[in-house]
Amino acid sequence: MDTMQITVNGQSRAIADGLTVADLLKELAVAVPHVAVEVNRDLVPRARHAQTELKSGDALEVVTLVGGG
Amino acid sequence: MEPEITRLAQPFTTVDDPLQLGTHTLQSRLIVGTGKYASYELMGEALDTSGTDCITVAVRRDRLIDADGKNLIDAIDTSRYTLLPNTAGCFSAEDAVRVARLGREILLGLENSGADWVKLEVLADTRTLLPDPVATLRATEQLVAEGFQVLCYSTDDPVIARHLKEAGATSVMPAGSPIGSGQGVLNPNNIRICLEYLKENDPDYPVIVDAGVGTASDVTVAMELGVDGVLLNTGIAHAGVPVSMARAMRLACDAGRLAYLAERIPKKLYATASSPDEGVISLKPR
Repeated sequence: MDTMQITVNGQSRAIADGLTVADLLKELAVAVPHVAVEVNRDLVPRARHAQTELKSGDALEVVTLVGGG
Repeated sequence: MEPEITRLAQPFTTVDDPLQLGTHTLQSRLIVGTGKYASYELMGEALDTSGTDCITVAVRRDRLIDADGKNLIDAIDTSRYTLLPNTAGCFSAEDAVRVARLGREILLGLENSGADWVKLEVLADTRTLLPDPVATLRATEQLVAEGFQVLCYSTDDPVIARHLKEAGATSVMPAGSPIGSGQGVLNPNNIRICLEYLKENDPDYPVIVDAGVGTASDVTVAMELGVDGVLLNTGIAHAGVPVSMARAMRLACDAGRLAYLAERIPKKLYATASSPDEGVISLKPR
């Protein structure tokens, strides 16, 4: 299986070619309703996770809510 | 000019108009943060005791390591509280706009009514955590254009407060003193001028004191000045007994609000006797 390098929350990561945002979230075992995702500083709305294919070198942010003031 | 005052329905009760912030109607005039609690259990009890119906949350990278770890979202009843996502930790307008969009995306997923607003914080440096007024103004313009209701954390400078309102801010939230400093309202005169500027010909425009509250009397002082609400976090979360402090803050908010609506007496240099002058049997000194 061919892999490519992306960055997730500042950490480099090898993933399979052709993975979508939805596939990656599944692989990361993230609670999808609790997170929001950016690819290369642009928000990817939930409705587009399944059709947004990742490319080599993409930088993702997967964020959630934490306590704050 | 006589101030516009909403009378209480009945004296000696805490019956009051709700706090209107844009399209959001809040029953409590305290907005309480969810940061820095020793445990989620303690946080839940303190929030409940504070009487608040609106709580702030921050947006951070998911840790992606402990899928079984309890998330804040699991710990709060998102149907009970309106969440107010903040942009804390942002030092540029661009990053604040990104974080606001991310927060909205999460809240949309939670179907929480707070998805359409944001507590905008654009900070200047890590030591003071003072807001960067220029970047805050730029981010406000951008977020308003994107349809957000923007609650702006600001300095207590009345001029920048006016600019933020003109840029479309739903509320301006001047700091009483630096975030987490517990110094209370350091410059009540500036808050008073902010209120004059922001409420001139627009008495219902909401002004919130955000940051610096250390103890209950700080909340009362702010509310007595005529602000519409107080946003606080550390004052409760880091108190020795947070749940007791949450109750104190709630009572202090009501006390300050009632005192404001009751119209305090003016301060005078000399005494005014409370007992009648007439019929005194004693001789007066000269």
